[in-house]
Amino acid sequence: MTTAVDKRRRPMPRWRDYGRPRELVLRYLLLLFALFITVGPLLWQLLSSLKGAGEDVFGSGASLFPHHPSLRAYREVFAQVPVWTYIRNSVIVALLSITSQLVFSTMAGYMLSKPGWKGRKLVWIVLLASMMFPFESIMVSLFLSIRDMGLVDNLAGVWLPGFVAAINVLIMRAAFLAVPREIEDAAMLDGAGEWKRFRHLYLPSAYGAILVVTINTFISAWDDFLWPLIVLRTEGHFTLTLGLARLQSSSFGYDQRMVMAGSVISVIPVLVLFVITQRWFYKGVSSGAVKL
Amino acid sequence: MTQPTVHQVPVTAPPGAGARGPGASSPASPGPLRRALRSVTPGPSADAGGAALYRRWWLPWLWMTPAIVGATVFGVFPFLNTVVVSFTDAKPLGGAYDVVGLANYRRMLGDPDFWLATRNSLLYALIVVPLMVLLPLLLAILVEKNLPGIGFFRSAFYTPVLASSVVVGLSWQWLLSDQGLVNTWLLKAHIIREAIPFLSDSWLILLSAMGLTLWKGLGWYMIFYLAALGNVPRELHEAAAVDGAGAVRRFWNVTVPGVRQSMMLVGTLTGIGSLRVFTEIYMLGGSTGGPGGADRTLPFYIRDVGLDPLTGNAGYGAAVSVALFALTLGLTLLAQRLTKEDES
Repeated sequence: MTTAVDKRRRPMPRWRDYGRPRELVLRYLLLLFALFITVGPLLWQLLSSLKGAGEDVFGSGASLFPHHPSLRAYREVFAQVPVWTYIRNSVIVALLSITSQLVFSTMAGYMLSKPGWKGRKLVWIVLLASMMFPFESIMVSLFLSIRDMGLVDNLAGVWLPGFVAAINVLIMRAAFLAVPREIEDAAMLDGAGEWKRFRHLYLPSAYGAILVVTINTFISAWDDFLWPLIVLRTEGHFTLTLGLARLQSSSFGYDQRMVMAGSVISVIPVLVLFVITQRWFYKGVSSGAVKL
Repeated sequence: MTQPTVHQVPVTAPPGAGARGPGASSPASPGPLRRALRSVTPGPSADAGGAALYRRWWLPWLWMTPAIVGATVFGVFPFLNTVVVSFTDAKPLGGAYDVVGLANYRRMLGDPDFWLATRNSLLYALIVVPLMVLLPLLLAILVEKNLPGIGFFRSAFYTPVLASSVVVGLSWQWLLSDQGLVNTWLLKAHIIREAIPFLSDSWLILLSAMGLTLWKGLGWYMIFYLAALGNVPRELHEAAAVDGAGAVRRFWNVTVPGVRQSMMLVGTLTGIGSLRVFTEIYMLGGSTGGPGGADRTLPFYIRDVGLDPLTGNAGYGAAVSVALFALTLGLTLLAQRLTKEDES
């Protein structure tokens, strides 16, 4: 019933409700221009990866769209390059990172959101201090530590320095602080112990922050390049980004279409995640994560 | 930080929860409440500030341990260690080393490659920061209005953020190569006679890398600004429009003051980020960092001199790392000062 009323009150918007026609046309033209700039290069990469064997990718003879679309490049890249190994390694690092980040930042964020224990301020200061140093300015020392642990050329060495990040602890703490005290009081009066409250009240309330931490961790693990480049040495341990960069610069002269197919493969998981959980990506932007 | 401690809580309990009567609100009274509280508290605490609320004092520390270990072992310690190592000639792969005092720092000051890397990094910040503050704002204004299909455009503009720097680097590498799409089109349109050497001229490599950084960051900061734009009162825009202010004047006089704080923050973040650039140079300039290493940034240089398994000197790399940190800190303090001056 209410929908009928709403419909009568708010008719379907017509084009002229959005503004003057001239302004509107200009806006869409600008939007299309921005679309061309932002998506164009990636789209071209996708289109070129679908080109058949006889088609030019570069030069004046190259067309924008594939005339004989084929998945040949994809078959080839899987056949000639250990892509599955790269993918497996990237997945291992990503899963390890997500698991440890989620468990540890949730635990720490919860305790930091609780009053009533000595040393909170000190821990807070240590966490903030750890965020002061850009990764690039401590990577030499990090590498020496990883070396001393015997983790050079080991996926665990890629994962370990980022096994829990202070920024995620802060995100989780903020989410737990937002849980209304009245609800916790009620749960306490009902006899719920601390673990029970954490498990059934706090965790479900913070699912947004949990998603943000998961997404941020996944993207940074999946897309990371510099640290894996420093730690990993043998091809069997390469992550996907490392494998792609190696493929492009290798002297074997791989078919460019194959490299393009490889990059498309590496983007797909992130793209799928983005389509499913889009607004949490945007939440992640405003939660204070640093990116360039 | 001024939340009530747990034992003060029942005073504010909602009516439904207070079914056991007002007596239950006193922590001294026995009953289920007392039992519930006992799981976390030692009973009424003498310290109203909330200290020693957990009966098992080590419980919070147990929960905090992984985060504390992460922050110290992989955050604070590496920095302190970097400073220590910078006074030695340690090798990246281990072995004996000597304490060399300030030798690494002396070498650094007389090292033209170090100054080149510093120049590149600072130039990067100088050019990228203003553009990164402005362009995403314009993009955000473009997608702010709820037009049909605007959700699609917003998502599409965000896609470069999702792809790894390696993938977008590859994409740009192909676009900008002598045979690439950009040169082909410009040649076809007779705008140029010869291909522009985007990927072989050291200046063009640096500029292309900056373009890549900008392009990849557009979507991220667009979303950042979109949230800020929502807080600019519509009435201001309408009032300005009634007064006859055009789109450009409204941008400078209404929008910019409204999102000023966000602009300062974006400036700070991108400034720090510019000093961290590595992958863009690696992808467009190759593993040497441009012809003869002319396009190396500070992180690039640190990796080259400090972490090369054969020729690397971790001590020298650490000294350059300290310089990079000092630069980052200086930039942060500068930004903080500018922000403060701006607010007053």
